[in-house]
Amino acid sequence: MATYTLTTPLSSEDTKMLKAGDTVFLNGTIYTARDAAHKRLVELIEKGEELPFDLEGSVIYFVGPTPPKPGDPIGSAGPTTSYRMDSYSPTMLKHGSKGMIGKGKRNQAVKDACVDYDGIYFGATGGAGALLGKQIKSAEVIAYPELGPEAVRKLEVENFPVTVINDTYGNDLYQMGREQYEVKD
Amino acid sequence: MREIEYSEVVKAVKDMIMYSGTDLPQDTYDALKEAMEEEKSRVSKEVIRQILENADIAKDEKRPLCQDTGLAVFFVKVGDQVKIKGGLLKDAINEGTEKGYTEGYLRASTCEPFSRANLKDTVGYNLPAIIHFDLVAGDKIDIEYAAKGGGSENVSRARVFPPAAGKEGIIEYVKEVISDAGGNPCPPITIGVGIGGTFEKAVISSKHALFRDIGSVNPDPEMAELEETILNEVNKLGIGAMGMGGTKTALAVHIEANPCHIASLPVSVNVQCHSSRHTHITL
Ligand code: SF4
Repeated sequence: MATYTLTTPLSSEDTKMLKAGDTVFLNGTIYTARDAAHKRLVELIEKGEELPFDLEGSVIYFVGPTPPKPGDPIGSAGPTTSYRMDSYSPTMLKHGSKGMIGKGKRNQAVKDACVDYDGIYFGATGGAGALLGKQIKSAEVIAYPELGPEAVRKLEVENFPVTVINDTYGNDLYQMGREQYEVKD
Repeated sequence: MREIEYSEVVKAVKDMIMYSGTDLPQDTYDALKEAMEEEKSRVSKEVIRQILENADIAKDEKRPLCQDTGLAVFFVKVGDQVKIKGGLLKDAINEGTEKGYTEGYLRASTCEPFSRANLKDTVGYNLPAIIHFDLVAGDKIDIEYAAKGGGSENVSRARVFPPAAGKEGIIEYVKEVISDAGGNPCPPITIGVGIGGTFEKAVISSKHALFRDIGSVNPDPEMAELEETILNEVNKLGIGAMGMGGTKTALAVHIEANPCHIASLPVSVNVQCHSSRHTHITL
């Protein structure tokens, strides 16, 4: 289990080096989207229309932050449960996105898409919203402001701590970790 | 008859909410610290370390512990010798909730069930609060509050068993619920188990069990023993902090038991995440 520092956009070379259980500190631009935004983004992809940001090498963070206090770029910003994005993520990966940050299990289709398109599913510590919010240096709503906390935001992050859950080889930390520590009577 | 000003209740509720949003209760903090020391998995240990660091940052900088600041849940005991001057107690609690969530920069997470529209446009900021009232003797009002996030609420379940299921049935059921939940409810969790009563009594008891401080002992020795047994069983599942594998899936199991119908054994399992924001005041 290694530790890496990576800067977005991610390349296949970056993602293929990562293994489930590795720690990664992310730097650069990442984009936020939850269910409602994913629905719209995938509709645009299917219609062949232009997206509000470049998908190539992008990392998508599943988050709906608290409102910022005056003077702060963002409020608390920890991950939300990822399975709600399962039906959209394979399309995003197929069209160039390379990473997702959330919490909780993904379905087989997402894990397969990580293998097929060199994608990584990262886990961030759920409930660590204050700590993670501090690693976000700027935030700008770039699409769907009417969705409130669910709007698409462009974030600049510095040493944003995540753990590799699903890698490009089909490994799943949730399964591996649990098998290792399960006590069978 | 003692009188309490409406505005005093509003302010007390507002303060509770703002405080809970940023300051993790000591019982939870201490339990997490102990869990970090005992956790065998390196990855889970690091996750708990981040959770504690998050609590320190939140407290020092007055930032919300988690972006999911939950629905506001209250258990209120109203003495028969006290009344509110200038309005209804329920309205005061709702007003305090709205003020606390707004002034604390906490997220409004209440929406309509199907349109999913945020109710702040129609009802108010994170309203209505979920309030359970009880009438007691005396001239005090006792208010318990917890913020209930979606991740842990979504994995909670209830079921009415036949009486023959007994303790074994309950242990297996809790294991099944927690096993299926995996990392989604943000472990290390606290597990509230409501036993007996009617269907809804079991559910409300399981919720109230989460308000108890971690480390407190169940006054009923039989239930205390069952809590211990379930905790050990759940921690054998290997789920670990955030589901990344480990020995500390749960910090505590709290049981509230009630007499029930001769034909049934209702059981409810309500889960609270590591961000167990709960507090209590007496007016
Ligand atoms: S389950 Fe708790 S800690 Fe996790 S995101 Fe929800 S409120 Fe926050």
